[in-house]
Amino acid sequence: MGNTAASAEQPDNQAGIAIQTDQLNLWYGTFQALFDVNLAIRKGIITSLIGPSGCGKSTFLRSVNRINERLGYVRISGTIEVFDQNIYDQDVELIQVRKQVGMVFQRPNPLPVSIRDNILFGHRLHNKDRRYSRSEEEEILEGALQQVLLWDKVKDMLDRKATELSLEEQQKLCIARLLPVKPTVLLMDEPCSALDPKGTAAVEELIWELRGKYTILIVTHNMAQARRASEECIFMLMGKVVEHSLTEQLFVTPASRETANYIEGRYG
Amino acid sequence: MATMFAESALNARNKKVQGLVKTLFMLMTLLLIIPVAIILGTLVYKGGGIISIDFLFTYPTDGMTAGGIFPALLGTVWLVSVALLASVPIGIAAAIYLSEYAPDNWSTRAINLAIINLAGVPSIVHALFGVGAFVIFFGFGTSILSASLTLAIMTLPVVIVSTRESLQAVPPAFREACWNMGATRWQAIRKVVLPNAVTGILTGVILEVSRTSGETAPIMFTGAAFFLPFLPQGIFDQTMAMSLHLFVVSTQVPGVPEELPYGVALVLIAMVLLMNSLSIGFRMYLRGKKKW
Repeated sequence: MGNTAASAEQPDNQAGIAIQTDQLNLWYGTFQALFDVNLAIRKGIITSLIGPSGCGKSTFLRSVNRINERLGYVRISGTIEVFDQNIYDQDVELIQVRKQVGMVFQRPNPLPVSIRDNILFGHRLHNKDRRYSRSEEEEILEGALQQVLLWDKVKDMLDRKATELSLEEQQKLCIARLLPVKPTVLLMDEPCSALDPKGTAAVEELIWELRGKYTILIVTHNMAQARRASEECIFMLMGKVVEHSLTEQLFVTPASRETANYIEGRYG
Repeated sequence: MATMFAESALNARNKKVQGLVKTLFMLMTLLLIIPVAIILGTLVYKGGGIISIDFLFTYPTDGMTAGGIFPALLGTVWLVSVALLASVPIGIAAAIYLSEYAPDNWSTRAINLAIINLAGVPSIVHALFGVGAFVIFFGFGTSILSASLTLAIMTLPVVIVSTRESLQAVPPAFREACWNMGATRWQAIRKVVLPNAVTGILTGVILEVSRTSGETAPIMFTGAAFFLPFLPQGIFDQTMAMSLHLFVVSTQVPGVPEELPYGVALVLIAMVLLMNSLSIGFRMYLRGKKKW
């Protein structure tokens, strides 16, 4: 791969904003995890979130599809707009938010059913009114697996349990099964941290393939990964956004002292 | 030739203690098995001779000093089945609510505490509650329905606790995976959580069956009869039951041959063991199919 994020290669530099937050604060009970987060994340590119453990990057990610909410003690103020619609508005249907904004977790979490059923799970949930024919389902299945570069490997074992796959393949599957629901934003919470270097490279390559088609927001502990696999980068510290710029710029000429310290490994 | 790996005096002492402890614990385990072996052995030895197809499928005769146990056997099947029908759906629904929906607050904790306490209530107290609630207040009379509902309430905590535990043993990541594809809580429960928790839920039901079929006190005042010359025709009839029948032929009727109560006890235990092994077999089959 060896791609450094280069703004010059941006196919669509004037692209709109996919995710915009305004004065976002978040509390777990009495503990405040996010402070006045104001971010504008551009559509169709890969944005990475870096920062030391506990800086709020995963918390931020998890509030973008409201998966945080199942913890009853989470409180939020401010807004998060996904394509100009505040997802915390009263009239917003949670299910629609989750369909638009899919999430990939740190540990691959395929369901303990076949590869086929994993991929078609979301699709079947949302298309109950209409029976899809076998061939339509096959098409969706192949399309999703093709996109994550897994089709050739699993096309002869679609009825095997997804949990039998290697971790790398499982993680690709977890990305693939979001696609039939037709999301516009993909959130990835350290998607490679459970994988070996080879798996990491493969999944990074896949993420790079998906850019342009989806707006991708990726949390990572791995600075090298942020640097080679993202186009814009956000550095967070203690619940606040310190810096948000083009990845190359952030790593080469960081604007803030704290960013410089962090990327040089002085803490974190 | 002493090498660096030779045994020291301290090693020797530690090894001796370790050996002693191991033997002691093994003896305790054996101690546990002895009563079970004696019970089964005695029952088979003293009661085995009376068991026959006739014994299982005929009525008691001669003032219950001879004949078979059919009404009691059938009665127990009635009582257990109706009790299961009542307690399994309620127990599973309550467990799903507590595990998957209920927020973690003081009222949920109070409910959990109540369930634990319900499990600790003595069976004779349940019996009196059953008389008050089902026999008198709801007017079901002394009937299979009253007795089974009393049994159901008594065993409900077992079903709830074991179901809740098996639901919580399903990794949270599966639920998150579903929610992230836009599944509602219920869709996640039905499609992923329940199928993966079914073996554990079954364990709770097995426990309930064993417990229900052997209980005597809760059914004594609510629906089980000393002797009935006919079989129950429905849930509003009284019935005989194995556990009560055992009590009756052991202590209440003069001139019963010794082998008769042993035979009744043997059949009762065999019923429980048969149910248990069927369910365990089914559970192993399901567990073999599951992998994560």
